[in-house]
Amino acid sequence: MSVHLPVAAEIVERIQESRDIFTLRLRRVGPDGPLRFDFAPGQFNMVYLRGAGEVAISIVSDPDEERFFDHTIRAVGRVTDALAALAPGDRIGIRGPFGTGWPLREVEGRDVLIVTGGLGCAPVVSVINYLFRRRAAFGRIAILQGVRHAADMIWRPRYDAWAAQPDTEIHLAADVSAGDPGLFQGTVVELFKRLDLAADNALAMLCGPEVMMAAAVAELRARGFADAAIYLSLERNMQCGNGLCGHCQFGPLYVCRDGPVFAYSAIADWFGKRGF
Amino acid sequence: MSDFAKRAETLAAGYLPRTELQRLLDALVSTGYRCVGPRVRDGAIQYLPLDRADEFPVGVRDHQEPGSYRVEVVDDERCFAWANGPQALKPLTFAPDEVLWQFSADASDLSFTTPTRAHPMTAVIGVRGCDLAALRLQEAHFLAPGNRDPAYAARREALFLVGVDCSHPAATCFCTSTGDGPSLGSGYDLALTELDDGFLVWRGSRLADAVLATLDLPPADAQLLRRAKDQQAQAAAAQQRRMPAPQRLMGLMQRLDHAQWDDVAARCLGCGNCTAVCPSCFCSSHRAEPALDGLSGSQVRSWDSCFTLEHSTMHGRPVRADIRTRYRQWLTHKLAGWQSQYGRSGCVGCGRCITWCPVGIDLTAEAAALLETDSA
Ligand SMILES: Cc1cc2nc3c(=O)[nH]c(=O)nc-3n(C[C@H](O)[C@H](O)[C@H](O)COP(=O)(O)OP(=O)(O)OC[C@H]3O[C@@H](n4cnc5c(N)ncnc54)[C@H](O)[C@@H]3O)c2cc1C
Ligand code: SF4
Ligand code: FES
Repeated sequence: MSVHLPVAAEIVERIQESRDIFTLRLRRVGPDGPLRFDFAPGQFNMVYLRGAGEVAISIVSDPDEERFFDHTIRAVGRVTDALAALAPGDRIGIRGPFGTGWPLREVEGRDVLIVTGGLGCAPVVSVINYLFRRRAAFGRIAILQGVRHAADMIWRPRYDAWAAQPDTEIHLAADVSAGDPGLFQGTVVELFKRLDLAADNALAMLCGPEVMMAAAVAELRARGFADAAIYLSLERNMQCGNGLCGHCQFGPLYVCRDGPVFAYSAIADWFGKRGF
Repeated sequence: MSDFAKRAETLAAGYLPRTELQRLLDALVSTGYRCVGPRVRDGAIQYLPLDRADEFPVGVRDHQEPGSYRVEVVDDERCFAWANGPQALKPLTFAPDEVLWQFSADASDLSFTTPTRAHPMTAVIGVRGCDLAALRLQEAHFLAPGNRDPAYAARREALFLVGVDCSHPAATCFCTSTGDGPSLGSGYDLALTELDDGFLVWRGSRLADAVLATLDLPPADAQLLRRAKDQQAQAAAAQQRRMPAPQRLMGLMQRLDHAQWDDVAARCLGCGNCTAVCPSCFCSSHRAEPALDGLSGSQVRSWDSCFTLEHSTMHGRPVRADIRTRYRQWLTHKLAGWQSQYGRSGCVGCGRCITWCPVGIDLTAEAAALLETDSA
C-alpha cells in the first residue's frame, strides 16, 4: 500500500458512541474483494473524504482483527462533520498506517499504567483493548482516565468489565461528573492520589492534552518513573502523514514519522515548551 | 582547498569563447533538452525558457542589500556577473502547486490514481553553488531512501544542470562561510566559469558527455586557468557576511528564551517572504479540489510557510500564536534542526531571505546576536 496514494475502504458499520463521537468500522476493498490491513496500535491513518479533505485519525481496533479496522472520531469541523454523515456502504480513502506504535513488546511481563484525558481517549483505547485481550502477558494494569463531561465517558461497560479483572485498577474522573457515582469529580491528575502501582517494573503510556500530560509526567517522575519508561502520544497539525509537509515539526522531530508515540526521554527538551 | 582549486586540480576544462555561447544552447537542444536560463523579468533575474544566447542578461549586475534588490546594466559582455534572483531551483523540483492524486467515484466505487508525470527534459543554465547545495538538501528531504516523493522525483529526473561559478557575489551573500560557494561544489552536470572573453567548461556527470562531444572544445590553457582561479578566490574573499559555524548554531536550541527573539519579533511582519525565497524550505499544505459534479477531483499540494497561523493550528488554536515563536521556529529549524534531521544546516548562504525581507531582517545578524550572549 502506497503512503502517497489512498486506497478505498468501505464502511461496514457505523456506531454512534456519544453525541459527537462515532466509530467507522472499515474494510479495505480491492478488485478481488476485501484486503487485509496491517498496523500497530498507536499508529494512525490519513482518512480522506472525497471532495472534503484528509484528516489524521488513530486506528483503534485490534491489530489481529482481520475482517475490519476501526476509527473512532469526534466531529469537530469540516471533514470530521462530513465523515459523521456517512453510512454503511459508503467509501472513503485511506493512506497509512503512519507513525510509531505503543511499546507493546517492551511492556510484556511488566506493569502498565495508562493515563488519558480530555478528548484524547481514542489512541489509547486500542492499547487498553490490546492488553486485556492478552491479559496474562502483562503484570498489574492501572488506568487513570479523565474526561470533561460525564457524557464523554464512552465505552463505560467495557471499563466496568475490565475493572473486575484481577490485578487491575481503574480510576475515572470527569470535570463535570453530573452526579455519576462512578466518576471522581476533578482532573485525571488528581486521580494519582488513588493509584496503587509501583514504578519499579512499570511502563506508563499517556495520551491527551499536553498540559494534562505535562502534569502527569511530573507526577510519574516524582514516583520514580524513569524518563525512558514514560511514553506519550502527541498531536500536531498534519497534512501529509509521512514526514514531507513539515507541519508536525516538533524540535528536530516529525510527530507523524518519529511519533506520534514518543518516549519522554526523546522529547524532554521540547515537551511543554511554548511554541514547539 | 577551495572547491574551485580542487576542481582545477582533478578535472580538465575546455574553452568556449563568448562569441560561441550559442553553440552551447544548440548542443543542449540537439541532445534533447529545452533550455531554461537567467533573464531579467519584472526587475529581477529569473529562470525562464530561452533559446538564444543574446537573451542572457548581458552586462547585468545585481545590487542586493537587506530589504532591497536592484539590477543595472553596465557596458560589458558578461552574462553571469550577478549573484542570484528570488528563485533558486526550488520551483522546478518542488512545484508551487502539485496534484498529488486524483479520485473518481460512482454510486458503488471510489478509486484513486496518480496523475501522469511527464516533464520535458530541461537544461537549467546558470545554477549557482548555493542552488546546488540547496538541491542536495531538498533531495535529502524529498528523496530519502524509503520515503521518496514521486512528484519531486519525476521533476528532478527531467533536469540537466549547467552550473556557473559565481564571480560577483552580492553584498547579502555568505556562501563562503557555509561552504556552499561561490564556486560550484558537486551536483552539476556541466559547469561554466565565466571569464572576460569566454568560458571554461567542466564535465560534471555522464549526462554531459553527449553535449561535450557536440561542442568538441579545445582545452583551456594554463593562463586562462590561472585567471579563473584568481577570480574565484577574489569572489570568495569579497563576502562580508558570515554565518556562525554549525556547531555554534546548535547552541540556538539552548537559547529558546533569549530576549533577542522578542527583539526580532518586534520587527518581523510574519509575511513569509523569507520562506518563499528560501531554496531549502519545504513546507506544504494539502487541499481537496473537487470537480463541480463531486464525482471526481484532485488533492493538491502547495507551498506553505511556518510564518502562517494555520501552519500549526490544531483544535482551533495555533501552537505558535505569536511572531516570536514563529520566527524562532524558522530560525532554529533552519540552522539547528536541519543538522539533526539531515546532517547539515539548512542554510546555504544565498542571502535571499535578507534581500527579500521587506524590513531587511538579516538572519546572520540575528544568529550572531543570539549566540553572542548566554542570556537564557
Ligand atoms: C496523530 C493524530 C491522531 C489523531 N487521532 C484522532 C482520532 O483517533 N479521533 C479523532 O476524532 N481525532 C483524531 N485526531 C484529530 C483530527 O485529526 C482532527 O480533529 C481533524 O483533523 C479535524 O479536521 P476537521 O476538518 O474536521 O476540522 P477543521 O474544520 O479542519 O478543524 C476543526 C478543528 O480541528 C483542528 N485541526 C485541523 N486539522 C488538524 C490536524 N491535522 N490535527 C489536529 N487538529 C486539527 C482545527 O484547528 C480546528 O480547531 C488526530 C490527530 C492526529 C495528529
Ligand atoms: S523575517 Fe522578514 S521576510 Fe521573513 S516573515 Fe519576517 S518580515 Fe517576512
Ligand atoms: S504530517 Fe507532514 S511532515 Fe508530519
